[in-house]
Amino acid sequence: MIAVLLYGGAVFHSNRQRRLRKWPRRRTVLWIAGVFASVSAVAGPLAELSHDQFTWHMLGHLLLGMLGPLLLALAAPMTLLLRTLPVRQARKVSRLLKSRLAGFYTHPVVASILNIGGLWLLYTTGLFAVMHHHLWLHIVIHIHVFVAGYLFTISLLYIDPVSRRYSYRYRTAVFIVALAGHGILSKLLYAYPPAGVPIEEARAGAMLMYYGGDAVDLMMIILLFSSWYHSTKRQRSHIPSTSTRHAHANETTQNAPAS
Amino acid sequence: MKNWSNRKSYQKRNLWAGILFGLGFVAFLDETLFHQLLHWHKFYDKSTVAIGLVSDGLFHAFSWFATVGGLYLVADLRRRNALWHKMFWGGKLIGGGAFQLYDGTIQHKVMRIHQIRYHVDIVPYDIVWNGAAIVMIAAGLLLIKSAQQDARSAERLVLHAT
Repeated sequence: MIAVLLYGGAVFHSNRQRRLRKWPRRRTVLWIAGVFASVSAVAGPLAELSHDQFTWHMLGHLLLGMLGPLLLALAAPMTLLLRTLPVRQARKVSRLLKSRLAGFYTHPVVASILNIGGLWLLYTTGLFAVMHHHLWLHIVIHIHVFVAGYLFTISLLYIDPVSRRYSYRYRTAVFIVALAGHGILSKLLYAYPPAGVPIEEARAGAMLMYYGGDAVDLMMIILLFSSWYHSTKRQRSHIPSTSTRHAHANETTQNAPAS
Repeated sequence: MKNWSNRKSYQKRNLWAGILFGLGFVAFLDETLFHQLLHWHKFYDKSTVAIGLVSDGLFHAFSWFATVGGLYLVADLRRRNALWHKMFWGGKLIGGGAFQLYDGTIQHKVMRIHQIRYHVDIVPYDIVWNGAAIVMIAAGLLLIKSAQQDARSAERLVLHAT
């Protein structure tokens, strides 16, 4: 609720500034959908169900760790923040974004390890069973899943400004390995359910994790390749325009009266 | 208009677009037809060979990327007026055949992740599966050869015309 209000307020503020382009409505919709997806996993009927049933837990995981972060990242909150804040504060934020620490956490490999590695830790050790007995651990793990999912998304898709851009090739390679890690883990869960989960539930949950994960990853793959595709167009259209400029320059020097 | 000079300069890209798309598409077909619809082999058949599971996972992730990436390459070639269907199809057959042969030999036989079908005599299935893969690769190679011949004869025509 607070997240939606803050974002809405920022959009209103940013739209009032004449020198800026209107903030696209699509992004506001994406933000609301993202907040809804993420929150529905930790509060409300789905959260209740996910305590008892692994299948529902997995649906919650998909919403909290994958779909929610993707929708939120697509809403470009950092760009909105930077154009809403006064210049002095905006500079501070951008310095923070450029810091070594931020660079570390948004490195594709680090973010992938936090995201996929965290899941391996959760489901292949006793952590999953322990989580249900300690409320604080439950909260910490859910925050981690969400934050790691968001870092993973923004480390592979550049929608907001980033301090260091990695090449498309590099991000694709990291993404393939991370996707494989997710797929292998879900197949492993199919065969060896986490402690205390009945085999039938684990199988349904693992299949949901596998195919649901594929569906969200497919969206991310399409977004990644689509920006790759558009970036090569920009380079290409750049070349003829400079060459025509050169031609013009030559023409004017040739036509200029000899001094 | 068929732009032969564009086609020739992007010959490799046409081929790779086909290989990637063919590979991803056959992997996708395998998964939906045999795993989901016919239930000939399952989601998970073997729980001991770790390397098999890892290779399967990596391959699945790669084929997911290959399908999308292959199609974006096609879009890129169209944008450059360099899409060469014969070359693209040659690549598709090679990529698809290569996936099927890999699945039929390495994954089914060497790593034994799963077989095509259970509780039946497996030999005819294996022969059809791997035979089809070899036929696909051979047809792909022939198509590429024929495409190159097309390009050469088109070049000669241009030379005669000028």
